[in-house]
Amino acid sequence: MFFKVKFKISLTLFFLLSLIVNSHSIEPNEFVQKTVNRASEALSNKISTEIKIKKLKIIAKETVDIRGIGFYTLGKYRKTLTDNQKDQYISLFEEYFLKTFSDRLAEYTDPKVRVDSYEKLNENYTIVSSVLIATDKRPEVKIDWRIYTKNPENPLIRDLIIEGLSLARTQKEEFNSIIQSNDGDINALFSSLKKFNSK
Amino acid sequence: MKKILLAIIFIFTISGNGFAASEGSEDLSKNNNKPVNDCFEGLNRGIFAFNKALDDAIVEPLAKGYRKLPSPIRTGTSNVLDNLGNLITIPNNILQGQLGSAGINSLRLLINTTIGIVGIFDPATSFGLEKNGKEDYGQTLASWGVGPGCYIVLPILGPSTARDAVASIASFSGGDPWYNITVRNDTHYVADFDYYASRVTKGVDFRSKNIEAFDNLEKNSMDFYASVKSLYLQDRRQKILNSKRIIDTLDDSDWEEIETN
Repeated sequence: MFFKVKFKISLTLFFLLSLIVNSHSIEPNEFVQKTVNRASEALSNKISTEIKIKKLKIIAKETVDIRGIGFYTLGKYRKTLTDNQKDQYISLFEEYFLKTFSDRLAEYTDPKVRVDSYEKLNENYTIVSSVLIATDKRPEVKIDWRIYTKNPENPLIRDLIIEGLSLARTQKEEFNSIIQSNDGDINALFSSLKKFNSK
Repeated sequence: MKKILLAIIFIFTISGNGFAASEGSEDLSKNNNKPVNDCFEGLNRGIFAFNKALDDAIVEPLAKGYRKLPSPIRTGTSNVLDNLGNLITIPNNILQGQLGSAGINSLRLLINTTIGIVGIFDPATSFGLEKNGKEDYGQTLASWGVGPGCYIVLPILGPSTARDAVASIASFSGGDPWYNITVRNDTHYVADFDYYASRVTKGVDFRSKNIEAFDNLEKNSMDFYASVKSLYLQDRRQKILNSKRIIDTLDDSDWEEIETN
């Protein structure tokens, strides 16, 4: 009898626990909509550009896989880096990414984004389709989000594809061009990043 | 002479990349996802810098001025240029076997030129004839399996590939009805000026729609030339494949190795 009760309690606890765990996982489209709403709120507030940038950086750190994008943008050179160089690169890249990301977004005021649909590519990736709604000054812009879903409880943005043009891919080709122009020397990229970050 | 010179450059640059396989769309997509060689990078960077200076001095100020025109005038101008573009798109629809699109674009051209008053208005869309993507002779060559060849930057005209630059000769050799009735043949209704004015206005119209995007890209690029090249080639690839699908998802291999959580 005692064991039966204990088993029932355990089962109930397990059920409740799994409910709690499941409630923490979030669908990629909901994740994008929430992220966009957060960014939109930060941009629509009547606050200084500096504070807007600070808020955007916090959002980016929580929702973007900066480390993953950083490694992706190195392309074939990723495999040639020592552990020390990897650490140095990720630190430089994170600073670079947050600076360009917030600079790009800070110019928008109260952007309205409508999330339309999503397509699961595999266990790791889902593409969420959305539209930046047109205003008097600019036409409608189609934005697709590559969401890294390996950990469903903590989805992360890995790429923005604007009208079919991938920002991560553009970044990768730019970085590769800098390295190639310097005979494959990765330090040339580090120098360029340092110079850009100090501007 | 100019055409012969271009043809020689074409043969030289195409031979560097080889011709693409022409069997099936999968081969086409694989071919178009290959990196495009920048065989003349030094020269290209020089021409890019020249174009940039020209843009700063003339095109961007013109685009900013154009933007001050009332919105209906800009929309009407954009519509007229878009309507004219059908004259190249329709023969290329046919050459690529897109007969349905050729029919829709022909109807759009007919309706917008007549009821829409030379294309100022777009009644065709309200009749259910939605806009299709533009096609040109470069896209047609690509659909026939010709590889892009080397990446090149043309003076004034900007980024291109060897294939697309040579394909544009077709437009000046009878393949562009608008060029034929303005420049090639002496008609009483339209003249050379109309053709060149339409080309310049098209450039200014495009630039005016992208002032902030260009400024932002330049400000946030460490190598502006490489960024423009990447965006141009991605856009071109998408137009050739006529794909709504995101191009980067066609090749996930580089992402798959990266695990961060």
